[in-house]
Amino acid sequence: MAYRWKNDLTRADVTPKSMWLNRRQIIAGAAGVGLVGSSAYAQDALTPNSKSDIESYNNFYEFGTGKEDPARNAGKLDTSNWTIAVDGLVDNPGEYSLNDLIGGLTVEERIYRFRCVEAWSMVVPWNGIELADILDRVGVQSSAKYVAFETVVQPENMIGVQRNVIPFPYVEGLRLDEARHPLTIMATGIYGEPMANQNGAPIRLVVPWKYGFKSIKSIVRISLVDEQPPSTWNLINAREYGFYSNVNPNVSHPRWSQATERKIGGGLFAARQDTLMFNGYDEVAGLYEGMDLATFY
Amino acid sequence: MIVDRINRATRRVPAWPIYIVAVAIAGFQFYQGLTGALGPEPINALEREYGELALKLLIAGLVITPLRTFTGVNLIKYRRAIGLSAFFFATAHLAVWAFLDVRAWSRVIEEIIKRPYVTIGMAAFVLLIPLAVTSNKASIRAMGANWRKLHKLTYPAVLLGGIHYVWLVKGWPAEPFIYLAVIIALLAVRFKPFRFQRARA
Ligand code: HEM
Repeated sequence: MAYRWKNDLTRADVTPKSMWLNRRQIIAGAAGVGLVGSSAYAQDALTPNSKSDIESYNNFYEFGTGKEDPARNAGKLDTSNWTIAVDGLVDNPGEYSLNDLIGGLTVEERIYRFRCVEAWSMVVPWNGIELADILDRVGVQSSAKYVAFETVVQPENMIGVQRNVIPFPYVEGLRLDEARHPLTIMATGIYGEPMANQNGAPIRLVVPWKYGFKSIKSIVRISLVDEQPPSTWNLINAREYGFYSNVNPNVSHPRWSQATERKIGGGLFAARQDTLMFNGYDEVAGLYEGMDLATFY
Repeated sequence: MIVDRINRATRRVPAWPIYIVAVAIAGFQFYQGLTGALGPEPINALEREYGELALKLLIAGLVITPLRTFTGVNLIKYRRAIGLSAFFFATAHLAVWAFLDVRAWSRVIEEIIKRPYVTIGMAAFVLLIPLAVTSNKASIRAMGANWRKLHKLTYPAVLLGGIHYVWLVKGWPAEPFIYLAVIIALLAVRFKPFRFQRARA
């Protein structure tokens, strides 16, 4: 089942390791002497962000609400002996070790645009496994309609949990056909290395056509269910965050215009770029045929 | 006594360095944004740094009167410099937002109208403009009692600044609520009931 989607962004034409390590410094330096023009930017729009960008600008409220908090605090996350509970409408429920769940499945590199609801974006070279492959391994029963996910809670290691900044555990969900779409992966690495804790180690969801908060991190439970499962931001504020949360420049958000976004890592004079429907992943449009996406936002 | 010593010291410490420090801090943070020291999203970082400093300085300005009435420490000679520095950072905050972040006049207008937290921030800023313009000796002399009346606008301006911050955050981080609580407390001590108690005590 793997390899059902082919990268449209490639790393080859982009970044030798020495480059992605310090792209930001290069850009910042260029900005400092006024060299960053719009042409440099246009090419930049589809270029993977540097590893340091990806690891230093995160939303992971378990580790604090500031963008730099997760990088500072997520070192405490204990990822040893990780297990994932698989339950609900599955043939093979149980506590899976990481190896039981994904061992032997094909890990691919997927270079995806990643669009946060806060109107910033990055491009990330993930290493991950199609979620469909994992679902096949656990055996989804025909009555299942949705997949629910839950993030680990380690209160003693998570300052945001101690401070109750939002309700925990963080939960998310997808419709089964969304979960089975070839674009949907469970990522374990970035740039060919195990991902940093602040990026959602040891295993996280990546759904590139939805706002970033749908791509739940550090997963400890996967449940197959027959009703639409709760999702954290929707519970906090249903008017602002819908269950679907597909990237959609035409559905304005009360806080942020979704018409444009700024790719991080472009320095102090980075321009905005237009946000694309489904974050540019038009191949998912069929999933929502006949749905009014202004109603099901 | 410590209070007397502080008050005597203020005679020797002028207020003008506050302006220099404010401009230097703003300039340094801008420079940090250029060099990458503010992280991979320096526009938002700078916007936040300036906004937070504006709010802190506005609050500092509100502290001065209660500090004098409750403790006797008199820092009134620094109040204008603190207030004007607050306005300076609020202007820088607005400028970063409009020129680096949003970048299109049509969208600036649209955002101010459409997003309540931006509307509130803008209202706070607009209230500060006449205060900044009249923060000089000539205006005080020319306006007489009206000057004090006009400068009561500080209270709604700071309150709106605090609400602006609470409104824009997601979830329940502590900081904006602490700021707002401090602002409300500093406004509350200015209300009559508190003043009477003090007079009797
Ligand atoms: C007296 C005036 C103002 C004060 C005291 C103030 C203060 C603040 C503070 C404290 C923050 C949060 C910083 C942080 O998270 O650390 C903030 C954010 C923000 N302010 Fe203001 N502000 C003022 C005026 C304005 C105006 C006039 C605008 C625009 C018209 C504005 C737009 C914003 C925006 C868009 C943010 C959010 C930045 C983000 O996306 O993170 N503010 N402001």
